[in-house]
Amino acid sequence: MKLKKKCAIIVGASSGIGAAVARRMAREGWTLALVARREEALADVAADIARRTNREAPRIYPHDVTDFDAVPALFDRIVADLGGLELVLYTSGIMPDVGPEEFNFAKDRQMVEVNLLGMMAWLNEAAHLFSRLGGGTIAGISSVAGDRGRRDRPGYNTSKGAQAIFLEALRNRLASRNVRVVTIKPGPVATPLTEGLGNMPFMISANEAARQIVRALGKSHGTVYVPLRWAAIMTVIRHIPSIIFRRMGI
Amino acid sequence: MRTEHAGENLAALGPRHWARVEGWGMAVSALGYLHQPESIDELRALFALARESATPVTLRGGGRSYGDAAIGEGCLVADVSRMNRILSWDKETGIVETEPGVTIEQLWKRIIPDGWWPSVVSGTMFTTMAGCAAMNIHGKNNYRAGTFGDNVLEFDLLLPNGDIVTCNREQNADLFHGAIGGFGMLGCFTRLKLKAKKVHSGFLRVEAFNTRSIPHMIEEFEERVEDADYLVGWIDCIAGGRGLGRGTVHSANYLPPGEDPNPRESQVLSVQELPNAIMGVPKSLMWWPLSYFTNNLGMRAINTAKYHAGNIIPRGAMHLQAHAAFAFLLDYVPNWKWSYRPTGLIQYQSFIPAETAAGAFEKLLRLSQKAGLPSYLGVFKKHRPDPFLMTHALDGYSLALDFRVTPRNRAALWNLCHRMDDVVLDAGGRFYFAKDATLRPHVVEQYIPADNLRAFIELKHRCDPHGLLQTDLSRRLFGEQFA
Repeated sequence: MKLKKKCAIIVGASSGIGAAVARRMAREGWTLALVARREEALADVAADIARRTNREAPRIYPHDVTDFDAVPALFDRIVADLGGLELVLYTSGIMPDVGPEEFNFAKDRQMVEVNLLGMMAWLNEAAHLFSRLGGGTIAGISSVAGDRGRRDRPGYNTSKGAQAIFLEALRNRLASRNVRVVTIKPGPVATPLTEGLGNMPFMISANEAARQIVRALGKSHGTVYVPLRWAAIMTVIRHIPSIIFRRMGI
Repeated sequence: MRTEHAGENLAALGPRHWARVEGWGMAVSALGYLHQPESIDELRALFALARESATPVTLRGGGRSYGDAAIGEGCLVADVSRMNRILSWDKETGIVETEPGVTIEQLWKRIIPDGWWPSVVSGTMFTTMAGCAAMNIHGKNNYRAGTFGDNVLEFDLLLPNGDIVTCNREQNADLFHGAIGGFGMLGCFTRLKLKAKKVHSGFLRVEAFNTRSIPHMIEEFEERVEDADYLVGWIDCIAGGRGLGRGTVHSANYLPPGEDPNPRESQVLSVQELPNAIMGVPKSLMWWPLSYFTNNLGMRAINTAKYHAGNIIPRGAMHLQAHAAFAFLLDYVPNWKWSYRPTGLIQYQSFIPAETAAGAFEKLLRLSQKAGLPSYLGVFKKHRPDPFLMTHALDGYSLALDFRVTPRNRAALWNLCHRMDDVVLDAGGRFYFAKDATLRPHVVEQYIPADNLRAFIELKHRCDPHGLLQTDLSRRLFGEQFA
């Protein structure tokens, strides 16, 4: 019984960081299964990868990450199709605009469902398989936005902070089973998610983010800020007392 | 991967069941399809699936075999630990019937309040009845109470073709004597009927004293054989020169009726439970500090300290100890094997006739020390022969040696074991599959009496003509003979 090497699932691979990571991993020889809601966009990414790598296009699996009940069966099908699995990366994320006077439960709920609950549905499956196999890598894209509750985006901050806690707990849970769990916390990355938000500090391209993320996936055992300078910045920001933080307007 | 099977088969062989299953020592593992049937019907269905898909089956109980006796690469692994009901218990006669996955822990906790104790237990309470029978395990009372199989009255065995056969010493006696100690090669135990031992207190009277050498330890064992109910020796396998084979003997006796005025008080679980902390450290964390000592230097320190601590106790001093505390030494530090991470350990246990034992065991200690691979733990026991075809038990002694495995020492360690095999064979000794990871086919052919081996292979062909039941151990040692 031999499992195929270097097989990975990327959830949220139709655009942004997910698509950029998919391109990069395919170039490094990974066999990929790409999951996302929009079939056409997903097919484009797969075709693009096939063109660039001169290999068979990655299989695509159209799926809405809020269709939680469908995840176990789909996960099994993908793993059986791949014939093995070493890595699962969850990148699906949304960040709808929230106005300064807006208190909108529908948007908050959507963010929690896509960013957090979808991730829990997928990564629990991965955790279950990897703990039985005694190895594997699980990763999720959280964000620097998860490190503090900011006035601009309560729902987004919550979903990203909760992602980081969930990933930390998985990491602790699976450490004895030789499974690595990597939390990626990007700063602003130029993707459809940040489009139209104007000039953001230390913004990097999706390709640059993907380069750093793929490197981290190969070796990290913990939380990785992308780019690294955010580790220093967020260390400071995390330690600003609340009473000052709320007056700072950041 | 097998993906050629449609529908249900695909699911049973699909990712949901993929699992890397380890031997208890963590030094060997195999990728298989893990199933945990909860009933005989589910187990039978698994056998049917195995036949249809031509996928071999590996039977597994508590997973406490150190090596590859309960793992099988590419096999359907049938882990019976969820078939774990005690079917009947008669506190008048001490006869218990269990499903295969009942653990020794479940059993003793059920029967001790009624004044009974399992006749034979392993050093850990997490072994299952099916595993104990399949490996024909022994305890510290092997020389008196026999092996586990000696205390089995009857069992049902599910054969690979789906039939269930009832076996005891009269009915299907050949299968009875083959399946016990048959390391899961003939069928799966589905019901076991055992005889327990009446006790008159929850305590044993225990005496501990040091011995200078292996001949000295044997001398002390021989003196006590008639009187002691349990005898076990610990050997400092790192000490060389004049200290070679030094150790400590623990001898224990049941209390005679009447001596414990209130047996009920000591037969409650709260008295029997092992302590939760050792010197203030929660037991569940003890493996961690211990991991700093699982090297030659650290173990030399621990062994030396342990030996000299044994000298402090005045000779002849007795103390009372609960049955569970005496029996399950290996459970004192839960997951102590984790201190051998990441690459684990193997155990090398050999059984040698009384007349040649002392010299042979000393040779083994010297060989391992000379190779720079001293054993970190040595346990010494006395045995007696039993009627089971593939048994390891004989009229003599056994020494179980734990060895740390590392990526660098692996080849040298296996080589050392092979050289030790020659010493054991020369001394007329035997081996034990529950502990084995390193034996080779020609060694097995030499130590198992030819008639027994022939009879067992005949049974295998009769019960399992398509060779459906396999483990990595059976492939390593018997290969084609079982096919």
